[in-house]
Amino acid sequence: MTRNSRDVKQAINKLWLFLLMSAIAIIMLWPFIWMTVTSFKPNTEMFAYPPTIIPNEIIFDHYVAAWKAAPWERFFFNTAFVAGVITFSSLFLCAITGYAFARLEFPGRNFLFILLLASMMIPFEVMLIPLYLIIVNFPFTGGNGIWGGGTGLLNTYSALIVPRLLFPFGVFLMRQFFLTLPKSLEDAARIDGCSEFGIFWRVMFPLIKPASATLVVFVFSMMWDDFFWPLIVINDQNLMPVQLGLQSFQTSQYTTDWGPLMAATVWVSLPIIIVFIFAQKYFMNINISSDK
Amino acid sequence: MANNEPNIPVNTPSSPPPSKKSYFQRKKEYWGSTQNRKRAIAGYTFIAPAYLLFVVFLFIPVIWAFYLSFTSYTIFTPGEIVGINNYQRLMNDNAFRNALWNTTYYALMVIPLNISISLCLALLVNRKMRGMNFFRAAYYVPVVTSIIAASMIWMWLYDSNNGLINYVLIQLGFNPQSWLNDPDLALPALALMRVWKGVGWNMVIFLAGLQSIPKTLYEAASIEGAGRWMSFWKITWPLLAPTTFFVFVMATISTFQTFGEIYAMTSGGPVQSTTTLVYLIFVYGFERYEMGYASAIAFVLFFIILTLTLINMFITQKKVNYDL
Repeated sequence: MTRNSRDVKQAINKLWLFLLMSAIAIIMLWPFIWMTVTSFKPNTEMFAYPPTIIPNEIIFDHYVAAWKAAPWERFFFNTAFVAGVITFSSLFLCAITGYAFARLEFPGRNFLFILLLASMMIPFEVMLIPLYLIIVNFPFTGGNGIWGGGTGLLNTYSALIVPRLLFPFGVFLMRQFFLTLPKSLEDAARIDGCSEFGIFWRVMFPLIKPASATLVVFVFSMMWDDFFWPLIVINDQNLMPVQLGLQSFQTSQYTTDWGPLMAATVWVSLPIIIVFIFAQKYFMNINISSDK
Repeated sequence: MANNEPNIPVNTPSSPPPSKKSYFQRKKEYWGSTQNRKRAIAGYTFIAPAYLLFVVFLFIPVIWAFYLSFTSYTIFTPGEIVGINNYQRLMNDNAFRNALWNTTYYALMVIPLNISISLCLALLVNRKMRGMNFFRAAYYVPVVTSIIAASMIWMWLYDSNNGLINYVLIQLGFNPQSWLNDPDLALPALALMRVWKGVGWNMVIFLAGLQSIPKTLYEAASIEGAGRWMSFWKITWPLLAPTTFFVFVMATISTFQTFGEIYAMTSGGPVQSTTTLVYLIFVYGFERYEMGYASAIAFVLFFIILTLTLINMFITQKKVNYDL
C-alpha cells in the first residue's frame, strides 16, 4: 500500500467517525433543541402536522405568559440563596474537617473518619422520615416548645439549608487532597509561630484550589437540581426553589400548556448548562474522583 | 492512611518498641506532651461543627428510622412498638411486592442499556481529535440537567397527541402509543429517558478507566498482529472489568433510588405500574402518614443498597495493577 492511499483511508475513517459522533450528539441534544424550538412557536404552529423544526414565526408570548403565572423571581432568589449558602459553608466545613483528618494527629481520628465515611453508604431515603420529624419538632422554632408542638422549621430557609451542610464525600475529597501536600510547609508555618487555624487557613487551604473548585461545582449543581427534600419541607410558594417551582407550575396548569411550560423549562435548565460550559473540566472531575 | 506517619510529633521516639509500655502509660505520655495536646485540641475543634451536623442529621436519623420501623407511628398518633409486624406486613403487601418488582424491572431495562451505550461512547471519544471536547460535553449535558426539567421535556416528547416520538413512529409506519398513560409502556418510557440522562456520567468513568490502560499493551498486541476487535476483547475488556463493575453497582444503586421523574411524570401510575420503592416510601410516609411502615420499606431499600455497596468494596479491593 502506498503512503498516499493509506492517508486517504485514514481521512475517510476520520470523516465517518466525525459523522457518527455528530449524529449521536444531535440525538443527545435533541430534547433541548426541541424544548427551545417549542418555546418560541405560536400555539397554532406547535400542533401543526408535520411539525416544523425551524419555527416560521418566532414569538416570546410563552415566556411572558410563564413568567407572569408564577413568582419566578422568588424561585430563582430562593435557589440562588440556598445553593450559595450551602456551597460556601460546606466548602469551608469539608475543608476544615478534611484537613483535621489528614494533617492533625488526635486519638480516635481514624475511627471518627471511618464512621463519617460509612455514612456515605446510607441512602437519603432511609433518613427522610426522621429528618422530617427532626425539622418539624426542632426545639424553640416555629411555635415549638422543647418537645415540639408547632411546625418547627417547616417552610423556612433553615430547613433547606441546615440538614444539607455536611457532605461526607466532600470531607473525603478534601482529605485526599490535603494528604498530598508536603509536610515541610506545615512545619515552616509552625516554626514561624502560626496558630493551627492559621496554618490551615493561610497556608494549606489556598493550596487545594482544584479540589475546592471541584467541590463547589459538585455541591452547587446538586443543590440547583435538588427536588426531593424541598418537596418534603416546603409548601409555601414564596420559599420554593426553582425545581419545585417548575413542578408546581406544571401541575397548576389546568391542561398542560406546552408553550409556557417549555419556556419555563428553558430558563430553569439554562443557568446550569451555562455553568457547565464554563466549568466542564470540574464537572467531569467529580465522577472520576468518586471512583477512587 | 500510612501517609500520616510523619505527623507523629518530633519528641516521641521514631519507632517505639511496641509492647514495653502499658496502655495507660502510653496515654499518659501522649497527653503529657504540650505539642500533642495542642494539636489534638485543634483537631477536635476543627471536626466539631461537622460532627455536630453528622450526629444530628445523619446518625440520629438512621437510628431513629430503625426504631420507627418497629413501631406503628403515624404523624397523628405516637404509635407503639409492634415488633416485626411492619416487616411481616411487607411480605403480604401487594403494593410493596409490586413496587419491588417495578424497581427491579426498571433496573433490568436501564442498566444493561446504560452500561453498553456508555462504554461505546467512551471508546468513541477516547481519542485525540479536533472538537472532541465538544462531543464529550454534548453527551454529558443531560447529566447536568435537573431531573424535573428533563421530565418536563420528555413529557412533551411522549405526548400522545402531539409528541415528537409518536410523530416519528407514524412516519416509520408504526402505530402511535399513549406512552405515559399506558401501564405496559410507562415504565419502559421512563427507563429510556433515564438511559439518555445517565450515559454521559458513566461515559466519563469509563473514559478514565480506558485512559489508565497502558498504551504499550496495545502496541505489543498490534506488533503481534492483533486487530482492533481482538485487542478490545483481550486487553480492554479484562482490564476495564473493575471499572465496569463499579459502574454496574453505582448504576444499580441510583436506579433503585429513582424518585423525581416518577413524581413529576406519572405519579406512580397508571394503575401503579411506575410505583417504585422510593415512590412507595413517599406515598406511605407523606401521603398516608404511616411513617413506621414507610420506615420498614426504607430499611429494605437500605439493605439492598448496602449489600451492593459491600460487594463492590470487596471486589474493588482486589484491583490489580497492570503497569509495565
